[in-house]
Amino acid sequence: MIKKYVFIALIAAMALASSVGLGEEPEELTVFTAASLTGAFGEIGQLYENETGMSVAFNFDGSQALRTQIENGAYADLFASANKRHMNALRDGGLINNSSMVVFTKNRISLIIPRDNPAKISNLSDLARPGLKIVMGTKDVPVGDYALQIIDKLGNDSAYGPDYKAAVLANVISQETNVNYVVTKVALGEADVGFAYVSDITEDMAEKVDKIDIPDGFNVIAEYPIAVMQESEHPAQSQDFVNLVTSDRGKAILERYGFSPA
Amino acid sequence: MSGDSKTAEDGSFRESSLADLINKERHGTGRAIYLPFRNRDIALKAGLGLLLSLAMAFIALPVLALFLRSPLPSIAEALHDPVVLDALRLSLMTSGITTLIVVIMGTPIAYVSARFSYPGKELADSLIDLPVIMPPAVAGIALLMAFGRMGLAGHYLSSFGISIAFTTLAVILAQVFVSSPFYIRQARTSFEDVDIAMENAARTLGASRARTFFYVILPIAMNGLLSGAIMAFARSLGEFGATIMFAGNFQGRTQTMPLAIYTAMQGDLDVALCISIILVAFSFAVIVLVKVLTRRVYKRC
Repeated sequence: MIKKYVFIALIAAMALASSVGLGEEPEELTVFTAASLTGAFGEIGQLYENETGMSVAFNFDGSQALRTQIENGAYADLFASANKRHMNALRDGGLINNSSMVVFTKNRISLIIPRDNPAKISNLSDLARPGLKIVMGTKDVPVGDYALQIIDKLGNDSAYGPDYKAAVLANVISQETNVNYVVTKVALGEADVGFAYVSDITEDMAEKVDKIDIPDGFNVIAEYPIAVMQESEHPAQSQDFVNLVTSDRGKAILERYGFSPA
Repeated sequence: MSGDSKTAEDGSFRESSLADLINKERHGTGRAIYLPFRNRDIALKAGLGLLLSLAMAFIALPVLALFLRSPLPSIAEALHDPVVLDALRLSLMTSGITTLIVVIMGTPIAYVSARFSYPGKELADSLIDLPVIMPPAVAGIALLMAFGRMGLAGHYLSSFGISIAFTTLAVILAQVFVSSPFYIRQARTSFEDVDIAMENAARTLGASRARTFFYVILPIAMNGLLSGAIMAFARSLGEFGATIMFAGNFQGRTQTMPLAIYTAMQGDLDVALCISIILVAFSFAVIVLVKVLTRRVYKRC
């Protein structure tokens, strides 16, 4: 008998729990944002909220994951991608407002290592040392795509030798679906080195990770486009957001996070 | 009071084992309620029929959609993709090893748990069941904090040059962690169902404990143990959250089928669909197999 009441009480509790947060939905801007922009766009979003009173909801993930979500019907007002490939795919699908698209910032790839550098890595040739633990992105996430391009360039250089590329790729222990996972694995000390962006060594992260620069000759320049979605219910407000990102104040925030001007 | 809670707990173990769920109609009353042919009952029957059809459609539609999304030839072509082959090979290998480990370690534990009482038994049983309730992502981060290079135990292991996280071994550890309760719970129930009189008879006739276990208890409980092992294998094959957090995502080494689906979703949808279809077919085979195996158990009783 008691069990019956417990069961009824449980069902009632579930009904109560499910009604939490069923209030009316406030007007907000939904911004699908490449994971590498997490810090910078967080600040720009705060600025936007303070000035317009409209709240901003971010979905930070790998650009390829965001593109897949949008292609499969996820609602977004804006999309900021870490490369042109995924933005172009949405443009070809007629999903973005073409005239709104603009490259707003640039980024570079850097090696990141745990602060105490357990594997004693000092230069790019160390990456081929057997037994090293490297993390990078999958081939579809921009940060992984850029890393593969860099490894290709290094492999084609006589200074590193013909076996370099295969040796480096053999040391990869995990391919992550967004750059934040790469940074976390290195910061935790679970990997010896990772391919991430210069912008990932933020003030918070600088306590845990260090970077090793990749020379310009081997590096790639990551171009970040942003665009308003065709289906946006707030096109004017979305354009305001783009304007804020490309304004001097937006640029200042991006540069503070290590991005370079477009 | 304590007797009450004991039966309640026993009841919950039985009800939640999947073999029992599948064969639920065989337990308890077992017979359909007879509905006389009256107008009010026709409405009731129609209502229940509608509810059942809706529930069936809700489950069948997504499964059907998997098959209809892409033309079959392009999915068959994806079967030759190295991503699919590597994931298939890795998944079968790790799940097979996991099941072996779980059966070898889990059988004695389940038998002891079914037959004997010892101090701290309640705690031990609850701990063994914990991974069923624990979200896999929590299991993954917990394993990383324990066996990662900087982890509680991993810290010492790495000083001996042993590293577990982000290797195939980590895939197996994650699978053992999440799937062992599925076997142990089923095995415990199967051992409990073995009539103690049989055991006593064998012992009074002079059989040793070991002989009694291998020649009397094990054969009777065998079908239950088999279905438990199949459940553990299936759970390992589907393991995702703990694996991606603790073992990482690397083709051929730690990228099992569910991880390959997740990764391919962001690139080649046909590959993701191909692996999904393999897993759906497999899941269906598991249900049929468990159903057939456990049906025999109940016939024998």
